[in-house]
Amino acid sequence: MSELLRVQNLKKHFPIYKGAIFPKQTGAVQAVDGISITVNQGETLGLVGESGCGKSTAGRTILKLLEPTDGKIFYKGQDITDVKGEELRKLRKEMQLIFQDPYASLNPRKTIEQTVTEPMKIFGMSKEKRQQKLDKLLEVVGLDSYHKSRYPHEFSGGQRQRIGIARALALDPELIICDEPVSALDVSIQAQVINLMEDLQKEFNLTYIFIAHDLSVVHHISDRVAVMYLGEIVEIGDVEELYGNPKHPYTKALLSSIPEARPLEKRERITLEGDLPSPSNPPQGCKFHTRCPWAEDICKQKKPVLKQVPGAEHQVACHLVKEVVEDTEATLV
Amino acid sequence: METLAAEAKADQMDPAINRKKNSSLWLDSLSRVIKSKTSLIGLVIITLLIVVAIFAPQIATHSPTDQSIIDRYQSPSSEHLLGTDELGRDIFSRIVYGSRITIQIGVITVGISMIVGVFLGAVAGFFGRWVDQIIMRLIDIMMAFPSILLAIALVAVLGKSLTNAMIAVGIVGVPHFARIVRSTVLSVKETEYIEASRVIGAKNGRILFSHVLPNCLAPIIVQATLTIGTAILDAAGLSFLGLGAQPPLPEWGAMLSDGRSALQTAPWVVMFPGFAILLVVLGFNLLGDGLRDALDPRLKQ
Repeated sequence: MSELLRVQNLKKHFPIYKGAIFPKQTGAVQAVDGISITVNQGETLGLVGESGCGKSTAGRTILKLLEPTDGKIFYKGQDITDVKGEELRKLRKEMQLIFQDPYASLNPRKTIEQTVTEPMKIFGMSKEKRQQKLDKLLEVVGLDSYHKSRYPHEFSGGQRQRIGIARALALDPELIICDEPVSALDVSIQAQVINLMEDLQKEFNLTYIFIAHDLSVVHHISDRVAVMYLGEIVEIGDVEELYGNPKHPYTKALLSSIPEARPLEKRERITLEGDLPSPSNPPQGCKFHTRCPWAEDICKQKKPVLKQVPGAEHQVACHLVKEVVEDTEATLV
Repeated sequence: METLAAEAKADQMDPAINRKKNSSLWLDSLSRVIKSKTSLIGLVIITLLIVVAIFAPQIATHSPTDQSIIDRYQSPSSEHLLGTDELGRDIFSRIVYGSRITIQIGVITVGISMIVGVFLGAVAGFFGRWVDQIIMRLIDIMMAFPSILLAIALVAVLGKSLTNAMIAVGIVGVPHFARIVRSTVLSVKETEYIEASRVIGAKNGRILFSHVLPNCLAPIIVQATLTIGTAILDAAGLSFLGLGAQPPLPEWGAMLSDGRSALQTAPWVVMFPGFAILLVVLGFNLLGDGLRDALDPRLKQ
């Protein structure tokens, strides 16, 4: 598997201004605070974390919908951190986004045909080709061709999300960032859309970054999973390894919150106390120490870095995990 | 692929609902306008105005400009339905023909306000920052003047004629459009489907004109309807001051002005054109209010 996307120490800070006439920057919301990931061709990387931890911001910054504050983004080995204008527009062909809310992400005044063919129109595809492609796209996402002339409000949530997927596929992208694509849907429809996305991945050899807070969904679709907390990746690894052998206290807490199908089986539940600290004023040291049940003094002082867990595709950033390979710095960079 | 098709079928479960929703936003709104009594009255008045304007030659009993000094200041009678003015012209016929000028004034002035205002407001709201600052401060300056005063000043510069009066009133209406459009654009441009159009590589021009503006239509239409009333009133005011329509044009404001010297002896000369203005302005305001309610998305079930 070859590397498709590499993100190095990516940061996105939103400045906070005070003062109406002469605004002065008084701080910054550190939505994404130094994440490093690699995504290989054809794989699905799950990105999980609770609301407000910076998952969506990370996705949008990788797509360059938001200007990164710091760090580097490489796509197919090429540095795309500073591309702008026409070059950036060309990159859109390669990277697409599927939105969370299928009700808000379709223009209510455009028919399905207009919505799905617009990207092709922008990149200069001829009319007959657009029509052919449209028919094919609607077929692969499971919509009928008589839906073409309808408006978004005439569709259900699941159908709308299929339209959103068709639009994302219109340019034959290689990388699709899925920003909680099923969290706004009913559970019964979620499965359909997830299966559709898996089928499409096989058919078109797509690479997904799958942002979600539903851990079961992520477990199902991902090859590797990264866990985010307050703008940082605290643990990343192969999906089975990470779900079976979580190292970071936060990951353990998250995983223990998944509802089980066997209620009689006793298991340890870790309930986190308190709220997510404000990303404009994150805690010193390990950002998780304020809520970590096992926090020690070192956690308050020193910021942990991602370290390799021996014998597995698995890295964790925690001072308390002792069995890590101490010498090798995060090998992701 | 088969399973997919089956799944797709499953979430098309309620075709009845789909079909019911098929009528567009505009048809919905129209039916809501008709259901509301006040806006229906407005709609009727405006329809009446348009019908009168179209069939003016058939409806008018006399020529609007033929003078007959012997018949001056006649009170309303079966010969002259609304009486005659100081030159013996039939007031009813002049009002009927004047409706054409009124419509012309309404459409042209609001057209000017709308085109310029929408463009400025959209650009200011969409691009933000210094573009926004410059445009909106200019708009603020325009708003600092009382509208009729600004119109008078503009006509004084341009020269007095009906065309210039329309241009002046049109310019005076620009700030209202610009502000409304700016605020609507500000909210629309933050929506996900605008972000989506960025993701598919659309350029700013396409995003603004093909995605943002069509979703700002409702407030623009409401504002246009409401502004037609004010524009007609302002233009009539300019004509009353002698800065707009010049004789012998049967413009309602100018008719008011002509008749004011005989206000005590022949009140009908002033009364009926005034009443016509009142009715039309009222009609547009009622319709505008009704449209505003009808197009309000929060009322959509």
